[in-house]
Order: sequence, then C-alpha cells, then structure tokens
Amino acid sequence: MVRRPSRRAYVGQWIFLLAVIAGAGLLLRMLAENLALRNMHFGFGFLASPAHFDIPFHLISWSIFDNYGRALLVSLLNTLLVSAMGIVAATLLGLTVGIMRLSVNWLIRNLALVFIESVRNTPQLVQIIFWYFAVLQALPPPRGSIVIPGGLFLNVRGLYVPDVIMSEGGLFAWLAAIALVATPFAWRLKFGAKRVGPWALLLPICAAGLLAAGTERIEFPKLTGFNITGGTQVPPELVALWAGLSIYSSAFIAEIVRSAIEAVPKGQHEAAQSMGLRRAPVLFLIVLPQAIRIMVPQLTSQYLNLIKSSTLGAAVAYPEIFQIFAGTVMNQANKEVETIIIVMAVFLAINLLASAFMNWYNERVALVER
Amino acid sequence: MIRQVAKAFTCLAALAGLFALGSGGALAQNEVKSPTLDAVKKRGQLICGVDTGIPGFAFQDSAGKWQGLDVAYCRALAAAVLGDPEKVKYVGTTSKVRFSVLQSGEIDVLIRDSTHTLTRNTELGLAEPAVNFFTGESFMVRKALNVAHVKELNGATICVLTGTTLELNIADFGRANNIKINTLLFEKPEEAFAAAEAGRCDGYTDDGGSVAASRSAMKNPADWVILPELISREFLGSYTRQGDERWSILVKWVHYAMLEGEVLGITKANVDQIKGETKDPETRGFLGLEGNFGKFLGVDNDWCYKIIKSVGNYGENYEMYFGPNALALPRGWNELYTKGGLQAPLPWR
Repeated sequence: MVRRPSRRAYVGQWIFLLAVIAGAGLLLRMLAENLALRNMHFGFGFLASPAHFDIPFHLISWSIFDNYGRALLVSLLNTLLVSAMGIVAATLLGLTVGIMRLSVNWLIRNLALVFIESVRNTPQLVQIIFWYFAVLQALPPPRGSIVIPGGLFLNVRGLYVPDVIMSEGGLFAWLAAIALVATPFAWRLKFGAKRVGPWALLLPICAAGLLAAGTERIEFPKLTGFNITGGTQVPPELVALWAGLSIYSSAFIAEIVRSAIEAVPKGQHEAAQSMGLRRAPVLFLIVLPQAIRIMVPQLTSQYLNLIKSSTLGAAVAYPEIFQIFAGTVMNQANKEVETIIIVMAVFLAINLLASAFMNWYNERVALVER
Repeated sequence: MIRQVAKAFTCLAALAGLFALGSGGALAQNEVKSPTLDAVKKRGQLICGVDTGIPGFAFQDSAGKWQGLDVAYCRALAAAVLGDPEKVKYVGTTSKVRFSVLQSGEIDVLIRDSTHTLTRNTELGLAEPAVNFFTGESFMVRKALNVAHVKELNGATICVLTGTTLELNIADFGRANNIKINTLLFEKPEEAFAAAEAGRCDGYTDDGGSVAASRSAMKNPADWVILPELISREFLGSYTRQGDERWSILVKWVHYAMLEGEVLGITKANVDQIKGETKDPETRGFLGLEGNFGKFLGVDNDWCYKIIKSVGNYGENYEMYFGPNALALPRGWNELYTKGGLQAPLPWR
C-alpha cells in the first residue's frame, strides 16, 4: 500500500484522471454508435467541400466556390475583428466612465452612475438589437446618402470608404505593416547606453511613404442604380454589434476601474499632491499605474466575456463564426456535432490565448514581492 | 368403408389445419410493427414538431391554439391513430435544431415547412414520406425599386434567414445568370422584417408560401411586390426517422387521405351525410365501410372518416390558410392533378 500522504494524493489524482478519460471515451463511443445508427458519419472531411453560399462581409477574399474550411477562416476573422474593436473601445470607454464616477463634480459623477446602472441591468441581446435598429433608423436610404468630404458615403447600407488598390501584390502594404508593428519595439532598443527613443517614429513615416509609393489607384464609391458600388463597405451590422459589445462591457470595466482606483492607498494620492502635482498627473502618473495591477485579472474575464458575446451578432446579421459556421454550414453540410465541436474549439483557443496574454501582462505589471 | 371415411376426414382435418396455420401466418404478416406507432398509442398523444410560428403553416391564434396547414396534418395524424385530433403536443422547432430534435426521438414526426432534399434523405438518415406543399424560392421587393423580375436584382441586397436552403439557391441563381445578389443573413424573421422595413435590404426571400405570409406582416403590404419567378424547387413536407418504415408509410397515407377526400368531394361538412348514403365502392372503401385499408396501416378502419371529420380535406385546409381570405396565395402547383397541379394521391386499392 501507498503510505506516504503525498504519494497517496498522487495515486488518487491519477485514478481520477483515468476515470475522466474513460468517461470521455465512453461518451465519444456512444456518440459514434448513435450516429452510425442514424446512418451518419463522424468526420471533418466536409471542410474541403465547396460552400456555394455568399458571406456578406469578409476581410479576406471570399467567393461561392471556396470551401467550408475557408468559410471558417472568414467568419473567424469577422469574430476576431469585432472582438478586438470591442475590447479597445470598451477599455477606453470603461476607463473614462470609471474615472468620471470618481469625479468631484456632482453631475459628471451621477451621469456615469446612471450610465453604468442602466447598461449593466438590461440584457445584452436587447441592447445589440436596439443599437442595430437605432443605427438603421437614423440613416438615410442609398439615394439620399450623406456625402462626407473625401469621397465617403454614409447611408442605411453602411459607411462606404474609398478602396486603396495596391500594386506589386500588396508587397508595399506588408512592408508598411511590418514597419508599424516594429515601431514600439524599436523605441525600446538600446545601442550601448543610448536608447533609440523618439527616433523610432521614423518608422511610421517610412510606412506612410511606402503606402504612398505602393498605391496604384484609389477606387471611390459612387452611386449606381439603387446601390453604391466600389469602395469598401463598413456594414451597419458591424457598427451595431461593436457598439452593443463595447458599451455593455464598458459599464463593467468602469466599475472595475473605480474599485481599483479606490483600492490604491489614499496616502499615495496625498503624497503626490503634497509634492505639488496637479490632479491629472496624480491620476495618470501615480494612481492609475498602481490601479492597473488590481484591474488586470478582472479585466481579463471581462475581455473573455466580450469575445464570447460576439456570437450575439447572429441576431443582427453580422456574419461571425457562430452564425456562418454553426448556422449555414451546419445546415448545408448536415454536420451538427462536428460544426459545434469546431466552434467550441475555436472559442476555447481564442480565449485561452487571450487569457495567456493577459496573464503574461499581469505578471509583468504585478508587484514583485520578496 | 368406415375406415375410408375416417381417412377422408383425417385428410380434411389435416388440410384444414394447414389452411388455419397458413391463414394464421398471413394474419401475423398483416400485423403492423412500428415502434413509433406503438409509442404514440401507448402515450395516447402524438408529439408533432412544427414551425415556431409562421402564418399559413403553423402559428398560434389569439386564443393560443395552433393553426395552419402543417398543424392540420398533425391533427389528421392524431385523428387517424388515436381517434382524437386534439391529442397532439406541438413542439415549435427552429430551422437549426429541427432535424436533431427528430433524430433524438423528442418528436414523433416533423411537419415544419421543410424542403425535401437528397442530403437530408441520406446524410441525415431521415425519411421523407410526403410533400404537402409544392413551392419554390420567391422574392418580395420594394415596389419603389421598379423591379419586375428576379434577374434585375443585380447588386441588390436581400434579407434571408440563415440555416435554410435559400442561401444556396440565391448563389446558384446569381452564378447561372451572371449577376450578384447580396444577402444579409438573419437568425429570426422578426429582425429580418424589421431590417427590410428600415431599408437595410431591398427585399426578402423565402419559400413562396412564407413570402406571402411575410408580406402580410409588413407595416404596409402594398409597398411590397412579390416577383413572379420561383428560382428553385422547394417541395415542403413531413420528415420521419428511418428504420420505422411502417410509421413513415402511415404518415404518407394520411397525406393521401387528405387529398383523396378532395378528389372524392368529401368535406368536413358533408362527410357524415356521404357516409350514410353512399353506394360508390371507392368512397365506401375510403370511409372504411368496406375492405380493411386501415388494418393494413395499423389504425382503425374508419381512419379516413376521422381525418376528414376532424380537419377536412386538403383543399379545405389550403383555402383556410392560403386562400383569398388568408394569405391570398394562388394554389398553383398545389392544385390536384386533375386540375393541372402536382398533388396526386395514389389509388386506394
């Protein structure tokens, strides 16, 4: 027998793990048997068959001859796009509202309170549908488009922006993108004792130059028939979903920000003030950097929620992964179990990556205690 | 002499015994074996999968009672099996889950304006007993667009429900005619209608019957026009599970009974009178006064009488849910074969 408690614990855990694996195996076998009973076959081969349907909004090229695998990629990118936009907007808005909540001004403070309470206490789906129809009702039909200087059109079908067509197969665009991404890293580089610092700003300037050099022509949107053709369309569905996701999350983030700021010892605040710092520098240089440490773990879970909630876009016709893959593809390919497994796996992967990143960031900003 | 007589009797007895055995065997063959039918009889209730709510096919009226053509079929099936059209539990199913619900055995039959297709018959392992509504994908567009044909919809945006065969049809039609019709995919009709109303899309598409229903749901139906073309075949009908052949056969013949009633001119109103007076052998067989068609199917012999008595024939139901006073959809393909339509019952023989 195993006498040592530590080893006993090990054995127990192993037995539990084996039981879990056996249970999962049993479930999978039952699934396979039941599917076979209904003359259905489990497999992911369908990803290679052609899709034959249109996806209204896509970041990479999509034609009806592409296969289900590419449909997965297209809809995944749509999900990632709205999630990323949502996270950025929710953080900025949440930070603003959270700081407003602590304002000494009665009106600002209570405006923030009303915003937080009304947003937090209504269902998110209702909010998204509200924003969708609010956006649609507010905008004119295509023929009465609002013309924005610079060749932009705004109507109920969306915002039409000029399309920049790059020559050389987009090589310049890629170089410009790399230059932009490299900028913050270059900023931190050191040569000997000298930091590169502001010199790194040369990179974005180069990127702009590259873009200008690589542009073949600019395609402006124009009104033809009963629609606007040419240019890139930013659909109102994306805007509505973006608003719905970020406003909802921002209310929670605002509360996180407020509680984190309040959790910073008052002495820090007072000490900074006694040094002669004004209100804004006190907040941004002394209090917020310390508050971030408290915020990060809670922010992580808000971000994960936001990513998951992006599936609500199916209600307002935004072609995200749940609608396209667990809707159209599921129905077209008759692969219910497989499509749902794929969608779940994709969300698991996105969220694990997001939380891994946030954990890394958390470790970086956390106080190192000795 | 006595011996010979005895011998003859023994022979006769043996022969009789053989016949008895043979006929007994034949009787055993006639007995209908169907797990679903047995389950419904034992439960005393039919569980019928219908649409969550669409005018014409399945919807709840102001009193919360289910109405519609598909609902009439559920009632007819319950009348045939249980003798009472009220003994039905309706399960509203969305287009996404409808087949899973049927496969898992939660419902006995799915009658939910669902298109019959090859892949649903094979890959999903479902049986497609009967088509109760012949239609095709139809378009409804704003009158102000001045569009008369589907081919003129190049560049237009159309609101569609996701999880259906419609998206595929539009893409195929566009490819065949070298035009591009943009689609906007909605989960539920309410949002799709509202988006169309707000002008986000130029029109709405669905099966012919549903489009007529949608038009009636718009704020101002006169602003919308239904284009004459049907760009696909959408033959809607009932679904059952494979592996229960006899149940599928019953579902199929309940559909034929609704049609045969119309062929013979038997309606909900005159069925009792005809039953009392008729001498026509075909009608007598249909109403269960002669023959044993019901036994072959595993139900009472007067099953057709019960169907017509409780829900009426096919034509009556079409009139009630799609006729001039309802959705005003011409009968077209759903006319009887004798009047140039596609609805044709097989003979009662």
